[in-house]
Amino acid sequence: MTAVAQLTALSHLNRLESEAIHILREVAAEFDRPALLFSGGKDSAVLLRLAEKAFRPEPLPFPLLHVDTGHNFPEVIAFRDARVAELGEKLIVAHVEESIARGTVRLRKATDSRNGAQAVTLLEAIAEHQFDALIGGARRDEEKARAKERIFSHRDEFGQWNPKLQRPELWSLYNAKIHPGENMRVFPISNWTERDIWTYIAREKMSLPSLYYAHDRDIVRRGELLMPVTDLTPAGEGDHVERVSVRFRTVGDITCTAPVASVARNPVEIIAETEFADLSERGATRMDDQASEASMERRKKEGYF
Amino acid sequence: MFDGLSSQDRDVLRFMTAGSVDDGKSTLIGRLLYDSKGLMRDQIAAIVRAKHARADVDGIDLALVTDGLESEREQGITIDVAYRYFSTPKRAFVIADAPGHEQYTRNMVTAASTAEVAIILIDGSRIVGKGLKPQTRRHAAIAKLMGLDVIVAINKMDLLDWSQAAFNEIRDGFERIARTLDLEPLAYIPISAKAGDNVARAGAAPWYKGPTLLDILESVPPRAATNDAPFRFPIQRVARWGETDPDARRGYAGRVESGSVRVGDDVIAAPSLLPATVREIRSFDGPLESAVAGQSVTLVLDRDLDLARGDALGSNDLEIARTFTADLCWLDTASWQKGRRYHLRQGTRSTLATIEEIHFVREVTELAAVSGATALALNDIASVRVKAQTPLLADLFDISPATGAFVLIDPVTHQTAAAGMIRDALDVLPRQPTPDENFEI
Ligand SMILES: Nc1nc2c(ncn2[C@@H]2O[C@H](COP(=O)(O)OP(=O)(O)O)[C@@H](O)[C@H]2O)c(=O)[nH]1
Repeated sequence: MTAVAQLTALSHLNRLESEAIHILREVAAEFDRPALLFSGGKDSAVLLRLAEKAFRPEPLPFPLLHVDTGHNFPEVIAFRDARVAELGEKLIVAHVEESIARGTVRLRKATDSRNGAQAVTLLEAIAEHQFDALIGGARRDEEKARAKERIFSHRDEFGQWNPKLQRPELWSLYNAKIHPGENMRVFPISNWTERDIWTYIAREKMSLPSLYYAHDRDIVRRGELLMPVTDLTPAGEGDHVERVSVRFRTVGDITCTAPVASVARNPVEIIAETEFADLSERGATRMDDQASEASMERRKKEGYF
Repeated sequence: MFDGLSSQDRDVLRFMTAGSVDDGKSTLIGRLLYDSKGLMRDQIAAIVRAKHARADVDGIDLALVTDGLESEREQGITIDVAYRYFSTPKRAFVIADAPGHEQYTRNMVTAASTAEVAIILIDGSRIVGKGLKPQTRRHAAIAKLMGLDVIVAINKMDLLDWSQAAFNEIRDGFERIARTLDLEPLAYIPISAKAGDNVARAGAAPWYKGPTLLDILESVPPRAATNDAPFRFPIQRVARWGETDPDARRGYAGRVESGSVRVGDDVIAAPSLLPATVREIRSFDGPLESAVAGQSVTLVLDRDLDLARGDALGSNDLEIARTFTADLCWLDTASWQKGRRYHLRQGTRSTLATIEEIHFVREVTELAAVSGATALALNDIASVRVKAQTPLLADLFDISPATGAFVLIDPVTHQTAAAGMIRDALDVLPRQPTPDENFEI
């Protein structure tokens, strides 16, 4: 037994990795029809990597699901499809455009942010495919309402989150019991920080959409935010368009995702840059969360993940 | 290896904060995040912009950092456990911030279940000359019950002009409680969460020569000690590969919950109590020689025991039982009544269970044992006898916390009804000598 004492404790990142694998295996064992949300963004890319670690050499015990706003950066969709092909797994794409066509999503104008509308399309996909658990890449360090999120987060039959009725979550004994029609949102990387994500991407030598690394791009300054000039977000009259070296920290709906000035060309340089960054991830890049103090909490209550 | 990143992979300490309302818990966490640069500029801006800011500290109300939900801000209280992350060059930290209200004991229990250390915060200015508040006793008792190390932080020392006599009085008061609970705090620290004294930097009291709060958090030894505990491996699922192959292979996927395992180790399966030898430890990144507590792997045995989810593998000392003495924290608004059955979850095993007897309930203030209770209500902490329909691991919480713990789930509402800690196994099932063992003898 002396050899045992010499085994070193797991390092922080290995512990996080093992925790996520444990959670993914719990989902596979406890639910009939889970799905893993995969958008091609960095957090969901990490999630997918963890799913490989949890289940290979078997096929993944769940399909991948992308709620597509239709306002994507083409690089992200190309990356998404390449990853899916490489893994030989099944991807289901639920289109916000189809919800718009059905009339279940109504927008004031076509170029409005479709982030909020994602919840509707997601709930429709859950109903159509009868998913009972959705695995998402949200982290508690992202945002205030997320900080109070359980790892297994129960949603009622309307897909709603009720923060006052959250089930206590003890040790790692996750309560996966739901009634018919309800669903569970599961967040295996809840305890990861942005830095953990980048460290892991570096360690695992993962590929990501090129948008995450420094590149030259036309932007317009709006306060502290840099707005990318794209077909969906053209420069306005009198806007001063600059070409700047930037990278994206998140890659959501084009209409509300802003890059940050950066020269970091790989994960290690991003970590170095992040050590000195003084804007948190969502604040630097998401216009929708700044609108009101509680906007994430409200969107989560409505069924957003 | 990857260059320049090894320093990122430091160890982690999970701690919780416990205190009564207004003791300064939120301010303390805000202070820790602020001083360790865990707070970003836009988060600070949001706090300054916030509608419900109460006080100005360096122009910001640090407490608002942790007040997450709209409903909480409106009421000016915290209603749920929040998790925060920060790191220093020495360590990464996870804070579970548990609200202090008495009626939210269940949140403290929830926070404590994933923490190694509890900071018990006391508002020195309100209790000097009056004795500790009932909540403080309760927090200390729960920390003890759940096996946490305790740091006592005596806050708002600025309001007491950093009086050493006041500090000593409060420390002695806590010492008395600690003795009755058989608890030995790691440290008593006089702090001002608001100004930051003795939080991340040395403070205003010349008579205090001890470490800062952060010094202690950075130096508490990690709970790697679980590597020395007996090996326990609840099976999450059976992994199969090469299914079409006549030599179809099967492995057991799970996480080492305590102890460690090496290729060639003899193990026992529960509840069958059949022996086997570990032939392979598989991971996505290749075969391993050993695995330690916290590590997710797939174990391949030398023989086919036909195990399934809910079964477990463990070292040779593994025992099973159906009846236990346990401490229970009741977490559900629906109270317990005699005759009710619950799903009991231990490791990956789920079975039906009943509470056969309540030995005693601990009353709120002194946590003294009161016998004669016939019901368990929200926030009750009780010692009970539990009987499970199928055998469970006879693991004591103090020795194997991961498998000595269980939860009860209401089969009708699916609410998590109680958190349990096994203190004694009452009917350990005798182990039949197996043919293999006879042969070896
Ligand atoms: N003077 C002084 N006031 C403090 C200190 N820490 C917290 N406070 C104040 O005490 C009040 C309650 O603090 P808060 O952090 O909200 O308490 P919580 O309910 O435990 O989270 C606030 O007005 C704080 O500004 C301190 O060290 N000194």
